[in-house]
Amino acid sequence: MAWWTREKATAIDVTDKRSVPKGVWVKCEECDEILFGPDLDANLRVCPRCDHHFSLPTRDRLRLIADEGSFVEADLGVESGDPLGFRVDGKKYRDRVKAARKSTGIADAYRAGSARVGGYEVELGTFAFEFLGGSMGSAVGEKITRQLERSLARRRPAIICSASGGARMQEGILSLMQMAKTSAALARLREAKVPYISVLLHPTTGGVAASFAMLGDVILAEPKALIGFAGPRVIEQTIRQKLPEGFQRSEFLMEHGIIDSIVHRRELKDRLVRLLAWFGTPRHAAGHDAG
Amino acid sequence: MSPASTAPVYDRQILEFERPVVELERKIQELKQISTASIDFGDEIRRLEKKARRLQVEIFAELSPWQKVQLSRHPLRPYLLDYVPVLFDDFLELHGDRAFADDASIVGGLARFGAREVLVLGHQKGRNTRENVHRNFGMSRPEGYRKALRLMHLAARFGRPILTFIDTPGAYPGLGAEERGQAEAIAKNLEVMAGLPVPIVATVIGEGGSGGALALGVGDRVLMLEYAIYSVISPEGCASILWKDQSKVATAAEELKLTAPDLVRLGICDEVVPEGEGGAHRDLEGTARNLRATLDRQLDLLVGLAPSELTDRRYRKLRAIGVCEERAVS
Ligand SMILES: [Zn+2]
Repeated sequence: MAWWTREKATAIDVTDKRSVPKGVWVKCEECDEILFGPDLDANLRVCPRCDHHFSLPTRDRLRLIADEGSFVEADLGVESGDPLGFRVDGKKYRDRVKAARKSTGIADAYRAGSARVGGYEVELGTFAFEFLGGSMGSAVGEKITRQLERSLARRRPAIICSASGGARMQEGILSLMQMAKTSAALARLREAKVPYISVLLHPTTGGVAASFAMLGDVILAEPKALIGFAGPRVIEQTIRQKLPEGFQRSEFLMEHGIIDSIVHRRELKDRLVRLLAWFGTPRHAAGHDAG
Repeated sequence: MSPASTAPVYDRQILEFERPVVELERKIQELKQISTASIDFGDEIRRLEKKARRLQVEIFAELSPWQKVQLSRHPLRPYLLDYVPVLFDDFLELHGDRAFADDASIVGGLARFGAREVLVLGHQKGRNTRENVHRNFGMSRPEGYRKALRLMHLAARFGRPILTFIDTPGAYPGLGAEERGQAEAIAKNLEVMAGLPVPIVATVIGEGGSGGALALGVGDRVLMLEYAIYSVISPEGCASILWKDQSKVATAAEELKLTAPDLVRLGICDEVVPEGEGGAHRDLEGTARNLRATLDRQLDLLVGLAPSELTDRRYRKLRAIGVCEERAVS
């Protein structure tokens, strides 16, 4: 259940430092193409040359999926406590969380709320990987559980976009138990025949993979996302051999029958709308916005 | 000394903090052997025995979390199959996941517990290299969790309570395990266990290692043996990730709050089962006696509940786990 350090796009200065802010030019992690930042953003942060999917900021992910103006965020005030009083070399976990809140502007590593997707009413949530590697502690577990409970009470499909290194170890056993708590909420959803769509983003590993992320009625994944229980480094250390190319990537998972479909970011919303239609989701009375 | 196995105790099977007591006991043994009718060391032996006992009580009263981690992994610690003949009658092991393989790191079977028919399910480590190759050091692969799932469905259909015993360093991080859906296998168990209409009592008897432990750990009651541990990550893993220093394992063990009393305080463990003096490996009978009494008492409280009441309570219990702060947002 390791954390993931975010793969940083390499910022390189190719022009006059005074006129162009750092980071405007981005080198593709996959094909080395030098990309103009705004172009990359306009293309949903997908490399126009090789289709590499860069990570998408949380608000852009919500914007990508929810119909315009339809997302109503819930549980904004739910934050992790510091039940263990965890310290690393005198540095308090509580302070680390505070710093993450400040730098990301969000309360914890998960955002959820009600939304319409192609006019269909859903309960939508997404991980914020930029917040401590999307790690799941009590606050994330609580927000996901509340989302699933709203989903059950309102009989609206649940959609969860996962991007997480797993459980947040600074909350110890309480983090581990969020896997059980969220899965129990999903069990009720399944029993009540309310659909749940899991969208796996890069990377989804550890305790998040080993709970709700792998329990979707339908599981979609973005191309080449790293998805698995154990991190590749841990596996390499255990079996003492190099892992094959493409191991634990979306394509590998589909080949092994673990996920339903790989979806390009550009097509994600349409795919969700198609699924919601098939599940017989009621549409919002005011019509819909295809987004 | 009555270790779980009857093999002689080698030096490498003694933890550093156990050594003073073990050395005294060896001395007592020697004195007993050279005692004859003419030279009686009786007084000296009794004196040393008293001293050894006192020393043991003193040492065990102040065990650090890291020492408890070491005890939970003690090479002589009783494993599930050491408890089975002491706790159960007519155990019949059932094998395989009906799809891929029989994962020997998880043992499951039918058994009678007192007057009750139950399902017994748990991790199993090996006592030596050959056994550990077979048991994979108690680290399960998807087929292990899926065997457990199959057997739990069976128990649910026939209304038999499920007793699980947790003792694993964690799920196996291997190539094949990932290919066959390790994450899905664990996740499925969590989901299904949350809703099974029969009582589930999970007991951590040794190492409760992360998701691989939790995959057998969702239930109505969570018990822990006195020196068992339960953690989101091993102290070694935590030290190397957060401290970037393998030598910080003891510190990590302390910060993680992974001992049985810690888990009671955090509201995860319902009851701590006392081990025999010096740990379960020095008193299997005593430990098993305590375990039997606790399991019996806990099952009594659960078997009378209607299935819907049982699963509702289980849900509420899981639902309440976690410590959050909720700020008013305008
Ligand atoms: Zn590219």
